[in-house]
Amino acid sequence: MRHLLPRPALSALIFLLWAALTNAATPGTLLLGALLALALPFVTRPFWSDAPRLARPAILLTLALRVSIDIVLANLSVARRVIGPVKRLQPAFIEVPLDLRDPFVATVLSSIVSLTPGTVSIDVDQERWVLLIHALDAPDSDALIEKIKQRYEAPLKEIFAC
Amino acid sequence: MLMLAIETGFVFIGLAMALNLWRLLRGPDATDRVLALDTLNINAIALLVLFGIRAGSSAYFEAALILAAMSFVGTVVLCKYLLRGDIIE
Amino acid sequence: MSTLTEFSISALIVLGAAFALLGSVGLARLPDFFTRLHGPTKATTLGVGAMVLASAIYFTTLQAGVSLHEIAVMLFLFITAPVSAHLMSKAALHRRSAKPQQGQQ
Repeated sequence: MRHLLPRPALSALIFLLWAALTNAATPGTLLLGALLALALPFVTRPFWSDAPRLARPAILLTLALRVSIDIVLANLSVARRVIGPVKRLQPAFIEVPLDLRDPFVATVLSSIVSLTPGTVSIDVDQERWVLLIHALDAPDSDALIEKIKQRYEAPLKEIFAC
Repeated sequence: MLMLAIETGFVFIGLAMALNLWRLLRGPDATDRVLALDTLNINAIALLVLFGIRAGSSAYFEAALILAAMSFVGTVVLCKYLLRGDIIE
Repeated sequence: MSTLTEFSISALIVLGAAFALLGSVGLARLPDFFTRLHGPTKATTLGVGAMVLASAIYFTTLQAGVSLHEIAVMLFLFITAPVSAHLMSKAALHRRSAKPQQGQQ
């Protein structure tokens, strides 16, 4: 089974995406989707780094929910700052020291940081394990670092057990 | 009500695209232009989705999908060019 | 189509378009590249996401069966937005650090 499906999660994702894209659940399209789900992981195998094991999928759901809510809230706060007085903003580059040591999880974390609270991630330094972010308005950078570590990094560490 | 909402959406997206175009022309740096182009593409996707709802046809949707994929690839290529001065290593 | 679905579709469209406009206002108004990056990566992505969601609801009520391919585009936008923001900021950092040595380009 390992041999036939090197990445079961990726195959399932391809199958579901294909079904969503064709927008019709006829036997023909489903068969084609199944074939793609089998073939694509094989063809693209050299490109994939080893993702860590999913240890606690239940927390993944709560994290996804929290991130979705945060995306909407972050947008409201960014919108307010964009309309308000621009001169009074305090943009800053901030270095967030990371506790996790996995490239894949670090990528997930930097994507979450980019989509959520007034911050964009710029670089992940894999030698020092530091995430360089840019904040739109950060009067208190220590509080921001603490918030990112507690809200997103701690659950990610638990989910992927790394 | 739906038609009114769609017309409002057209106006907003049109204004947004005009602002993007202004940033695209003004610069000042190449990265600003890349960002403006990327945003212009995403707004074009929104415009296509609105057209699709107004026409009641999902044919516009295929175009939006292709534009989404192409704009991402285009942005990546432009950024790589700015980073390395070269696209294919 | 019931009044409630029509209302929610209209609300999603107007809110989405307003967010997209705000993202572009940020792009045009903010003072330097890194602050400009915030508007498009967040507001525009959410705005277009809301409009795509409105389209999904609309076509689901219009036809028999669920219209899901809009969700694929939404997923794609939400995955690619951080990646392209990351690449653009990397390019900007690179150019900013490269400029003093190379002079005006």
